[in-house]
Amino acid sequence: MVDERRTHTDYKFVIRDLTLFYGEKRILNSLDLSVRRNEILGIIGPANSGKSTFLRTLNRMIDLTPLVRAEGEALLDGVNVLGNVDVHFLRRRVGIVFALPLPLPLSIFDNVAYGPRRHRSVQRGELPDLVERSLQAAFLWDEVKDRLHEPAMNLSGGQQQRLCIARTLAVQPEVILFDEPCSGLDPISTARVEDAMRVLKEQYTLILVTNLVAQASRVSDRTAFFLSGDLVEVDETEQMFRKPSDQRTDDYIAGRFG
Amino acid sequence: MTSRSKEKIAFAILTLTTILVTMPVILIVATIVKQGIGAINIEFLTTFPRNGMREGGIYPAIFGTLCLVAGAVVFAVPLGVGAAIYLNEYAGENLLTRLIRLAIINLAGVPSVVYGLFGMGLFVIFLNFGASILAGSLTLAVMNLPVIITASKEALSAVPQPFREVSLSLGASRWQTVRHIVLPNAVPGILTGIILEVSRAAGETAPILFTVAAFYLPGLPSSVFNQVMALPMHLFAISTQIPNISLETRYGTALVLLGLVFLVNSFAIVMRAILRRRRKW
Repeated sequence: MVDERRTHTDYKFVIRDLTLFYGEKRILNSLDLSVRRNEILGIIGPANSGKSTFLRTLNRMIDLTPLVRAEGEALLDGVNVLGNVDVHFLRRRVGIVFALPLPLPLSIFDNVAYGPRRHRSVQRGELPDLVERSLQAAFLWDEVKDRLHEPAMNLSGGQQQRLCIARTLAVQPEVILFDEPCSGLDPISTARVEDAMRVLKEQYTLILVTNLVAQASRVSDRTAFFLSGDLVEVDETEQMFRKPSDQRTDDYIAGRFG
Repeated sequence: MTSRSKEKIAFAILTLTTILVTMPVILIVATIVKQGIGAINIEFLTTFPRNGMREGGIYPAIFGTLCLVAGAVVFAVPLGVGAAIYLNEYAGENLLTRLIRLAIINLAGVPSVVYGLFGMGLFVIFLNFGASILAGSLTLAVMNLPVIITASKEALSAVPQPFREVSLSLGASRWQTVRHIVLPNAVPGILTGIILEVSRAAGETAPILFTVAAFYLPGLPSSVFNQVMALPMHLFAISTQIPNISLETRYGTALVLLGLVFLVNSFAIVMRAILRRRRKW
């Protein structure tokens, strides 16, 4: 499904023959998938189809889960992230937003400043500016600008999730992984997060794993359908939702299973 | 019988058990305060014993106990918290770490007199510190380690795992995660362990008997290689070794020991309360 007219530099991530194991069990079978620069790639599929683990492979968060093992290649700008790379640096380049909003037990400001402070990536004096820009990009600034030093746990669920996006942006990554970012949010908060994603793709490459088929159709440029460890198909979102090439995709999108 | 009346009976029994376990504590404290309060005055707290310890104050014993508690905390807290961090945050789950954990739990149950003998063998004789504040503090520290390690480890593992994942996902190293996220949130729990152990370090007689405590000294120690008097040892001495000491002096000494522990602990408890209020999760 890789478009032949494109050169390798059009792709941020090139995944080749990726197989994931949980213990002895295969949870992802020999997957080939490429992610274009500045696109939103949506990944849909029923529970246990391996999509979240796939996402966590791309910035090596799977290292934290015992028993999970990856084989194959995931090339980020041509470098295999599954090889011997500095994982801390990798995670600065490939940020992640988790399913549940998880503010650190710190103030709003300190949450956003957490990454830059650890990496000393900006001068101390530039930190407030970076925090403001990150919060603005996550569409949260106006709601919190007067209470940056309040505990982040006081925010509502939707605000907390946008805070998590701002916190990831402050690290200045190149790719942002979204792992079902709206699963705990109401429709209005979900719409805000989706608005943020549409703007973010101008600057970043986004991969969005979602349980909401409609969400993929709303925000993603291309959509991939995972089913029990297999990539069934990947295509332009419009094409996929109009006329999927595989019957199973059609069934899933139409809500006939999963 | 209706579930309502069953509930009432259960509630009454539970209340009774609570009263029963509280009673001895109240009785002990009340007796000591009642019998000892008469002995407490400035002279008692600030002067040396006189006339074969039958008169005068207990200042050197108070001073000695403070030295020993401070020494024990200085040695035991960094060592214990460090070991807890290693065990909880770095060490994997294997036979060796399981054995270490088992050993630590068992060490907490070793009688204090065994620690005293161990301290004498290692610090006083083998390392040649002599009977000294250093040897006594180290012995108390060793005795305190298991509880401090266990309590600290509990406190560390009570910090929710997702906080660690978030920190690591932002590119922080493991140590940065421990230093900035895990440890600050575990401090209240760690303090609980320290509070428990301060009382033990102040009150135990056996570990200091062979390693530091003097029956009587005419002056204060000039270095950590000197012996000191200590409150529990002094209390033991005046209660069993010297005849014709007024009951009031004995209870007064016990009251000072109690008060000292209470003072040190309330400091730690206030600190813990402040830290807990600041915590938001």
